[in-house]
Amino acid sequence: MNEMIRFSQRLNTRDNTVDLSHGSGGRAMAQLIEALFIKHFDNELLRQANDQAAFNVSAGRMVMSTDGHVISPLFFPGGDIGSLSVHGTINDVAMSGARPLYLSAGFILEEGFPLADLERIVASMGEAAAAAGVPVVTGDTKVVEKGKGDGVFITTTGIGVVPEGVHISGERAQPGDAILLSGSIGDHGVAIMSSRENLEFETTIESDSAALHTLVAEMVAAVPEIHCLRDPTRGGLATTLNELAQQSGIGMRLDESAIPIKPQVAAACELLGLDPLYVANEGKLICICPAAEAERLLAVMRAHPLGREAAMIGTVSADPNGFVEMQTRFGGSRVVDWLAGEQLPRIC
Amino acid sequence: MKYVDEFRDRQLAEQLAKAIAAEADSAREYRLMEFCGGHTHAIFRYGVQDLMPENVRFVHGPGCPVCVLPIGRIDNAIQLVQQHDVILCSYGDLLRVPASKRMSLLKLKAAGGDVRMVYSTQDALRIARENPQRQVVFFAIGFETTTPPTAMAIKQAQTEGLENFSVFCNHVLTPAALTAILGSSESSGSGDVAIDGFFGPSHVSSVIGSRPYEHFAVHYHKPVVIAGFEPLDIMQSTLMLIRQLNAGRTEVENEYTRLVSRDGNTKAQALVAEVMERRAEFEWRGLGMVPDSALQIRTAFAAFDAEKRFALSAVSASDIKGCECPRILRGQKRPTDCKLFGTVCTPENPMGSCMVSSEGACAAYWSYGRFRQTQQQAQ
Amino acid sequence: MCLAIPARVVSIDTASDMATVDLGGVQKTVSLALVEGVQLDDYVLVHVGYALNKLDPEEAERTLQIFAEAGMLREAPS
Repeated sequence: MNEMIRFSQRLNTRDNTVDLSHGSGGRAMAQLIEALFIKHFDNELLRQANDQAAFNVSAGRMVMSTDGHVISPLFFPGGDIGSLSVHGTINDVAMSGARPLYLSAGFILEEGFPLADLERIVASMGEAAAAAGVPVVTGDTKVVEKGKGDGVFITTTGIGVVPEGVHISGERAQPGDAILLSGSIGDHGVAIMSSRENLEFETTIESDSAALHTLVAEMVAAVPEIHCLRDPTRGGLATTLNELAQQSGIGMRLDESAIPIKPQVAAACELLGLDPLYVANEGKLICICPAAEAERLLAVMRAHPLGREAAMIGTVSADPNGFVEMQTRFGGSRVVDWLAGEQLPRIC
Repeated sequence: MKYVDEFRDRQLAEQLAKAIAAEADSAREYRLMEFCGGHTHAIFRYGVQDLMPENVRFVHGPGCPVCVLPIGRIDNAIQLVQQHDVILCSYGDLLRVPASKRMSLLKLKAAGGDVRMVYSTQDALRIARENPQRQVVFFAIGFETTTPPTAMAIKQAQTEGLENFSVFCNHVLTPAALTAILGSSESSGSGDVAIDGFFGPSHVSSVIGSRPYEHFAVHYHKPVVIAGFEPLDIMQSTLMLIRQLNAGRTEVENEYTRLVSRDGNTKAQALVAEVMERRAEFEWRGLGMVPDSALQIRTAFAAFDAEKRFALSAVSASDIKGCECPRILRGQKRPTDCKLFGTVCTPENPMGSCMVSSEGACAAYWSYGRFRQTQQQAQ
Repeated sequence: MCLAIPARVVSIDTASDMATVDLGGVQKTVSLALVEGVQLDDYVLVHVGYALNKLDPEEAERTLQIFAEAGMLREAPS
């Protein structure tokens, strides 16, 4: 791959910015693809440089998932929009119990976006994909006029294959099932807020953004009868539990003192008047399983780096209204409802 | 978190619950109003009602400056953005409150209006410094806790000569609100909930001291206990109110002694007095015109008064038909008494402030407790 | 109303009348313009970016003591 022969100048990522020619299908775009995307995503399928990637599939159920990423700020403690998009789609695929195979990535770039930032993001995606063993095999780039995009938007799609005998789905929760959580809540949301304007506070909290597929693989291997898996991203733990309750037509009883939370996350939420139950996570999962399997699953989770603080946080109850109730740390009881709109910091 | 976690201790809660159960006289009801939205929030968040005997009931009062802000004032703020192209800086609490024509500050922002959420008046001052060619207006709300920071911002703007900065002042006063509630429950007489005692607000009292409440106890013969923010504070204060009621005492007691003194924060009070003065009257949502209940910016600081800088007409917007916010704010009805509650009016589609603000009685009921209410009613 | 929380003062900048406070490991800068005589390791009530008051540690201890005694000293309804 000799960039210098085909292009008159090396791509200058240090000083230059995205311009409309990068999305127009001509030489500039070809150079961008080669010097940035192919360089950092670096895999056989992508190097074939076709508009599509062709591969064989093994027998079994296939899973596909897609996500648009519009996060701001683009760079935050513990990650960036690039690593977030790779982890996010790997996780969505993995929550079906599937082994993720490949990713695609579509970029919508705003005219004027610094190439240095783009390279940083693409490099981060490449690292995340390589570490996870799930390559980005195909993609697309478009450029919009200045003012019509927020720097960069990324859409990732992932495919995977579900092992035989595994049926994980949101409507499978049964009364009596155990509700497990892989680790502390609120890390990602607090990390994002700490780097937003007007809410400056200093914390060492980093986003928990991570690819959970190897954790899921071990869990599913140990207990194929897992009923539900879901990662509590936007809207936090509370929203995801309510979704599952509604899908399965059951209720839940939680124990607040069993829910892991880092002291700094709790403190940041106190300062801003936020409820950590509604703050986003990007490297955690909820698992609903038959009660008899809970202990074994917890042991498997705790043995994995991403599940060290795994805990059983509640049980599924028979409840036609689908209420998620929680025994508070204080001894009383409260209902954990859906999030109404975006949670905003409050003074009252 | 020191001075926070100890006041949420479960074991102490159980002991206090036993004490309350033992001392509450089963022959009577205790209807205790928590004036402050923060107390409402804490009661629901920790499930404090569950630890109370049946005859001890919390009545949720209007202590939510967002809840009592009339729609017309939000309409004014919207006018500032739409007609005068200002940068409007607002606390997060206000962004979703429904104004007239189904508008809100959040919807205005979505439509391209320059509305910016701030955590502090200092952020608003910074925005003014960074945008010298634009007018920047800070939408000031809150009871006496939040007023000193606004006064400070005005003084700072004056010192810096920050000419593009002004304040749209909607600060309201707690004693006046208490008077309005007590007055209404005494005089109207039809279907009103008699309130036996009050939890005084925690942080308002930290600023104004316990002294302003003393005449309530005397004049209206109701006990007041100034209660801290944490659930154990609320329980201890409940016990203190029960003791007063049992003994026929009507005093002002202070449970929140670690942050409230009789005189309060005199430095903050002096600052507010320097910059602001009382309005003759001010419209409160649900309470109508209340005399001596709100603050305006003094003439000496008129240069920073958005109401003087921009021609704002008083908009008297009526509440939505069927919305019971006015009576809920006075403790005369419960959220479940409102026909709109849970049907037309939900957190996703709030009709009135009580549902929008997380401090509002309706939002609190909805988020934390409505299921229990319906379960109890079904029994 | 009035979401406010006590936090520990870990550094003071007298020139700007600001302080850094720590709550559970999270640090925030607040203005000291509304309080007086604040020293390092004092706890202040923090509200909308300002310190509103100093917490009295002795009173805090006394209050906790009262909670603890609630189970022991009981007044029967008269």
